[in-house]
Amino acid sequence: MTESRPRVARTGSRPGHAGLPRLLAGLHSSGQVLSALDHERVHGPLPALRGGELIEMVQRSGLRGRGGADFPVGRKLRTVAAMGGSSRGGVSAVVVNGSETEPASSKDRLLFTALPHLVLDGALLAAYAVGAREVIVNVNESAEGSLRVLEGAIADRGDSRVPIRVVTGPDGYVAGEESAVIHRLNGGRPLPTFVPPRPFQRGYRGRPTLINNAETLAQIALIARFGDQWFRELGTSADPGSVLVTISGAVATPGVYELEFGTPIQDLLAAAGGLTERVQALLIGGYFGTWVEYSRAAQVRLARTDLRAMGATLGSGVVIALRASACGLTESARVVRYLAGESSGQCGPCVHGLAGISALFDALAGGTASERERLTLERWIAEVRGRGACHHPDGVARFAQSALQIFEEDVQEHRLGRCMARRVGVPVGAPSGSSAS
Amino acid sequence: MSTRLRVNPIACEGHGLCAELLPELIRLDDWGYPIIEEAEVPDELLDLAYRAVDTCPTLALVLDEDNLDRG
Ligand SMILES: Cc1cc2nc3c(=O)[nH]c(=O)nc-3n(C[C@H](O)[C@H](O)[C@H](O)COP(=O)(O)O)c2cc1C
Ligand code: SF4
Repeated sequence: MTESRPRVARTGSRPGHAGLPRLLAGLHSSGQVLSALDHERVHGPLPALRGGELIEMVQRSGLRGRGGADFPVGRKLRTVAAMGGSSRGGVSAVVVNGSETEPASSKDRLLFTALPHLVLDGALLAAYAVGAREVIVNVNESAEGSLRVLEGAIADRGDSRVPIRVVTGPDGYVAGEESAVIHRLNGGRPLPTFVPPRPFQRGYRGRPTLINNAETLAQIALIARFGDQWFRELGTSADPGSVLVTISGAVATPGVYELEFGTPIQDLLAAAGGLTERVQALLIGGYFGTWVEYSRAAQVRLARTDLRAMGATLGSGVVIALRASACGLTESARVVRYLAGESSGQCGPCVHGLAGISALFDALAGGTASERERLTLERWIAEVRGRGACHHPDGVARFAQSALQIFEEDVQEHRLGRCMARRVGVPVGAPSGSSAS
Repeated sequence: MSTRLRVNPIACEGHGLCAELLPELIRLDDWGYPIIEEAEVPDELLDLAYRAVDTCPTLALVLDEDNLDRG
């Protein structure tokens, strides 16, 4: 589905801190790294905040985590700080989750390779706020560029009150799950653990640990400088601020874009150069995400309320436009197969359930599945939810369920040995005469 | 206070004893792994629930007493 590796791009080029870009301010068009000096020129120096101040600001800002779960960041900071205060060793670390194992996402890599100081600022500020002893940046083994730039950036900025180090974790979808990251930092294999205890209770070195997505921490670096009111100048009251979205598929200029929450999906696609051909559906939220018919998606905004009404969430900020001439069913079967193969193999329901779901999906796409098998598939999708140690099965279930819904007609056609994708000129799911006006 | 059932899916090997003892609350999926249909254990089943916890060969069945943390 991601035919080309998304290119780096940005919206607008307004300097200063009104409007956009915010996170992507100062981004070199060549993708070259912004030095510590230039970073400070763009955003100003790291502010000195009194204890508790940052946490309050972040809480008032309404910022939510950008690693996929939408968790309120202020509440997490407060909880970790409190846990640290009441446990003997205090908070061991702030861990930057930069695994970015979602194949269709490249926002965190963009931050690491081009704007590393924003992430490092945010991680340090968070470490000061929760009283953490160190900052650990966890990036993927395959992201050699990120590792190199981050190490250079850490050297470039000189000493900080709290030491920063970069570690690499293995590739693989599940390796980015927070308990897997912590387990690996503790010397174990990169596999999720049974929770609770969660990282904020007992994480790195068995002590309370703050783990946040790289973009989440970059947002904190801006909130600390410009305030929560400034943060809320963009976005909606329920979804304040801006967000990094990796847009790919049938758009002219795939890449990472910083957009304001509340942006119409039409404008989001326009930001990525517009559609290159007719599109039948959007995959919103990445491989753990939800297929939405293009005709419906085109009428809503990039906002949790709008997306929820269609059963979708933005997840880690991925939007993929599926062209009308592609077979959504075949594409979905491929994604399910990939995700089933990414199970860490620890939990029976995940191992067997996802393998079973994938096999039936393949049969559905191949046109060989009976009606009974389709019903079994639906039952397995429902049954696998909530039954893994981590949310991997839940993400797969969400994706698979939405695929069954959106591509229902394709299922019927495949059974008859036809594929809608091959019927030239018949746009699947495209608005029939009632285009949004 | 409520008592809730939970399975540690990493430890669980699908022996199925829990579903035998607590068919009112637990059934097995097509591969023999437990599905908790009703996590909240009613008072009259508490004794059986504790027995199920003790009987599980891999100690995968957990009883949480309160609503601390179950994401
Ligand atoms: C299978 C799986 C894979 C995940 N991979 C990532 C990842 O690559 N990067 C990330 O930031 N979060 C990932 N997450 C989410 C993390 O577990 C965690 O929620 C997140 O790092 C918290 O940061 P946030 O609150 O700033 O979003 C994954 C979750 C699951 C279930
Ligand atoms: S649910 Fe799946 S991916 Fe998550 S820990 Fe269990 S086996 Fe691994």
